[in-house]
Amino acid sequence: MSVTDNTPGTQPAARPPMPRSVGMPMHHKIIFAVLLAALIVLPFLVYPVFAMKVMCFALFACAFNLLLGFGGLLSFGHAAYFGMASYVAAHCAKVWGLTPELAILAGTAVAAALGLVIGALAIRRQGIYFAMVTLAFAQMVYFFALQAGFTGGEDGIQSVPRNDLFGLIPMRSNRALYWVVLFITFGGILALYRITHSPFGQVLKAIRENEPRAVSLGYRVNRYKLIVFVLSAAFAGLAGATKSQVFQLASLTDVHWTMSGEVVLMTLLGGMGTVFGPIVGAAVVVTMQNYLAYLGAWVTVIQGIIFVVGVLLFREGIVGVLSKWLRKPL
Amino acid sequence: MFRKIALSTAAGAALMAGPALAIDIKLGVLNDQSGVYADLSGQGSVVAAQMAVEDFDAAGKGINVEVISADHQNKPDIASNIARQWYDQDGVDAILDVPTSSTALAVADVTAEFGKVFINSGAATSDLTRANCQPTTIHWTYDTASLANGTGKAVTEAGGDTWFFLTADYAFGHALERDTTAVVEANGGEVLGSVAHPFPGTDFSSFLLQAQASGAKVIGLANAGADTVNSIKQASEFGIVQAGQKLAGLLLFINNVHSLGAQTAQGLQMTTAFYWDMNDDTRAFSERFQAEVGAPPSMVQAGVYAGTLHYLKAVEAVGSDDAEAIVAKMKEMETDDPLFGKGYIRKDGRVIHDMYLMEVKTPEESTGEWDLLKLVSTIPGEDAFLPMEDGGCEFALAAE
Amino acid sequence: MFELLGVPPQVLMGQLLIGLINGSFYAVLSLGLAVIFGLLNIINFAHGAQYMMGAFVAWMLLNYAGIGYWPALILSPLIVGAIGIALERTMIARLYKLDHLYGLLLTFGLALIIQGIFRNYYGVSGLPYQIPGTLQGGQNLGFMFLPNYRGWVIVASLIVCFGTWFMIEKTRLGAYLRAATENPELVGAFGINVPRMITLTYGFGVGLAAFAGVLAAPIYSVNPNMGADLIIVVFAVVVIGGMGSIMGAILTGFGLGIIEGLTRVFYPEGSAVVIFVIMAIVLMIKPEGLFGKSA
Repeated sequence: MSVTDNTPGTQPAARPPMPRSVGMPMHHKIIFAVLLAALIVLPFLVYPVFAMKVMCFALFACAFNLLLGFGGLLSFGHAAYFGMASYVAAHCAKVWGLTPELAILAGTAVAAALGLVIGALAIRRQGIYFAMVTLAFAQMVYFFALQAGFTGGEDGIQSVPRNDLFGLIPMRSNRALYWVVLFITFGGILALYRITHSPFGQVLKAIRENEPRAVSLGYRVNRYKLIVFVLSAAFAGLAGATKSQVFQLASLTDVHWTMSGEVVLMTLLGGMGTVFGPIVGAAVVVTMQNYLAYLGAWVTVIQGIIFVVGVLLFREGIVGVLSKWLRKPL
Repeated sequence: MFRKIALSTAAGAALMAGPALAIDIKLGVLNDQSGVYADLSGQGSVVAAQMAVEDFDAAGKGINVEVISADHQNKPDIASNIARQWYDQDGVDAILDVPTSSTALAVADVTAEFGKVFINSGAATSDLTRANCQPTTIHWTYDTASLANGTGKAVTEAGGDTWFFLTADYAFGHALERDTTAVVEANGGEVLGSVAHPFPGTDFSSFLLQAQASGAKVIGLANAGADTVNSIKQASEFGIVQAGQKLAGLLLFINNVHSLGAQTAQGLQMTTAFYWDMNDDTRAFSERFQAEVGAPPSMVQAGVYAGTLHYLKAVEAVGSDDAEAIVAKMKEMETDDPLFGKGYIRKDGRVIHDMYLMEVKTPEESTGEWDLLKLVSTIPGEDAFLPMEDGGCEFALAAE
Repeated sequence: MFELLGVPPQVLMGQLLIGLINGSFYAVLSLGLAVIFGLLNIINFAHGAQYMMGAFVAWMLLNYAGIGYWPALILSPLIVGAIGIALERTMIARLYKLDHLYGLLLTFGLALIIQGIFRNYYGVSGLPYQIPGTLQGGQNLGFMFLPNYRGWVIVASLIVCFGTWFMIEKTRLGAYLRAATENPELVGAFGINVPRMITLTYGFGVGLAAFAGVLAAPIYSVNPNMGADLIIVVFAVVVIGGMGSIMGAILTGFGLGIIEGLTRVFYPEGSAVVIFVIMAIVLMIKPEGLFGKSA
């Protein structure tokens, strides 16, 4: 049942007061600073391409968490935005020769537009039906990616060139690209933080915790849900578009429903609704896939075990458990 | 960047030109170890590479060879990442195997970017040495063109002059359909129609029914692996062969025939580059292989062995790990090994050797679990593969 | 002879029949899912893996114990159902009080584990399983040749589906089950062992999946991935039919099989996605499903 937010005769005369915005608490500032320092040092310790992969997925997971943890909406089809942005950015860079920043912008814009269309339809339903609608549309996006000419079907878009940033700075070396990716992903995560810890984020929280009450307070719930959906899709697209520039490839894996499942895994493992949870979750999952790749099918089993143990015992996720232990919100 | 690497290693090689070779080579076997192609490549290919290293007596010749492996899960992004990391960070000199055309294309490009060597044994797409050719790619075992030239031509000439295709709806399936259509029409046949099934598929009954309704004498299966096995099983269930139509499995491996069993698969014709029971040399190798892996080698695994052997011969001749020189040497030297016999490598990287048209034995003819195929005819290498001239491979044509 | 969009009627009839056969699998599988969701409120993502286990157990019974198809039809669902009950008792039961989401995530994790383990030990090439002797061969129906086994699949599915529906909607046991979903405390107060009923219901739903697996074994290859892509299609069927509705799942399963079959004739590439398009449309117009009850 969709919820209307205007009962006849009781139009609110003035908008309800917005909550005061609060500055970033000290312990969050410290964690972000430490994180930044670690990321600056990282390319000298591990393979830079691997580090960039972690960062892209961290952004993807944070974007997903915006929708799930803060918006309370479970989407089963987030790979659609991630993957479609990846394809668009790859196509822009390869076929139209656009520079990376323009390609990434194009990819993000397409993801946001897709989020607008799908979101507008999906938010008319709630709970599991909402999730099913997102899944249905994600499958249609997958089908489109499979059939459309420009996506290259099973081959994907390969050999995407790393054009010069702004047309000036060469991006061929992994180190050079790393700083750009760091800027984008870290910036994106900070932006997401700003969104969730803003007046807008407070309203989202109210909606998530008690939607009827939020409605009765006069908030236009559907509009908030749509905005958060589009934002989540846009940031997921940003992650996907950036990833295509790093790996110089866009493929069907990026739009497959198992990719949607993986981002759920990362968020659940790290901690839904926490700030740093998705980052941790993404790091763990990507690292595991990379270093345990030689185990073959056992990696699937391990991922399954993590899901099971996570759901049964550590529903708060790694960061959630840590947060409870430290008694501070993380 | 490619030139810089070539120059510096050439200089290094010149400095190293002493009497005793002391070369470190790292080979990476990248294939499907847990998915639909795991049986025909997988761990078996790794064993094949190791056997080649041993048989060549690399250690005795001063070449230290390390063989590593990884699972690309048939996904181009995973393959691309592993290849990149191997070349960039782990010092791998050559990548072997790589089944699944989309992953092979990705790895070919990454290899060219880093100026290393790519000896592909598992993938089908003829584009690897044509539209998407690279100076660093060697395409060993088979390709869609040779499959078409083998099975397609033989079946058409034997009277199967009307065809209907059941095609896996992705690049490989379409390429196979395209190449086979060309061969069928060139031999006086006609293609009545085709239907594309989603990849991977499970139920082909609806598509088989359409094939039956077309009335074509031959139903060409432009798919591979489990899709082909299922198509054949279901065709047999629906009495399609009994009703008079012939099935042409355009890409079949010994492992698929084994899955089907002689009862269901009898009479099917297939083109292969290698069969374990062909001659004494292949039997000897296959016996050793089977002892370790549990099944005789598929043509893909045999191709990994032969490719590795030829690569090591080139390394020995060149005396260093200079990729460009090694590839040049591989193309210069004739290929000669117990599995494929004699052949050579063309400028575009295509390995030319004989292909075999085989037919599945009846259960009465088959004397052992793996005694499944009999030779129908041998297709000389020159006829099997498409000529280089219209392949669109610019660097090779320019070098002519 | 008229032709519909260039397709002669014989071909159309043949495709409809084949669609019905596929629909049988969808019906049995979505029935199991609907039973589990309708009565337990658990979204059993492991259903595909349990279907796969059903096929594998049948194969194992044949190859390790020499037990053929007909006993396997009964034994395999019992064995896999028992495994399901063990899973329910140890893990799933803990999530009943929580949001649906957790049940889904847990069963998704279980599916990954089960599929991974089977992939490791049995590879993915597909294991052969023969059509039982009595069902080999087929009937020439004029417009097509119908293999006996496929005809049997339709019959078996119809029997099982309507048997289950009858049991749940028309018998006393079924009445207890339905009552227990609406008000477990009250039903428990009447002296009925509600947790045990729930456990057995889950086992029954899993058994249905395994039954579908045994039916599938002779015609699709027995391989660890057989359930993986099937599961989201079955979900779509259940959602379209109405998540708690037994009859909805059955009718939608058969119906969608037919629609998919027709799509295969006119637009074969789209046969994989047509179900999701329908799901999206149904969710927009009638979110509780075609036969579901309004919340």
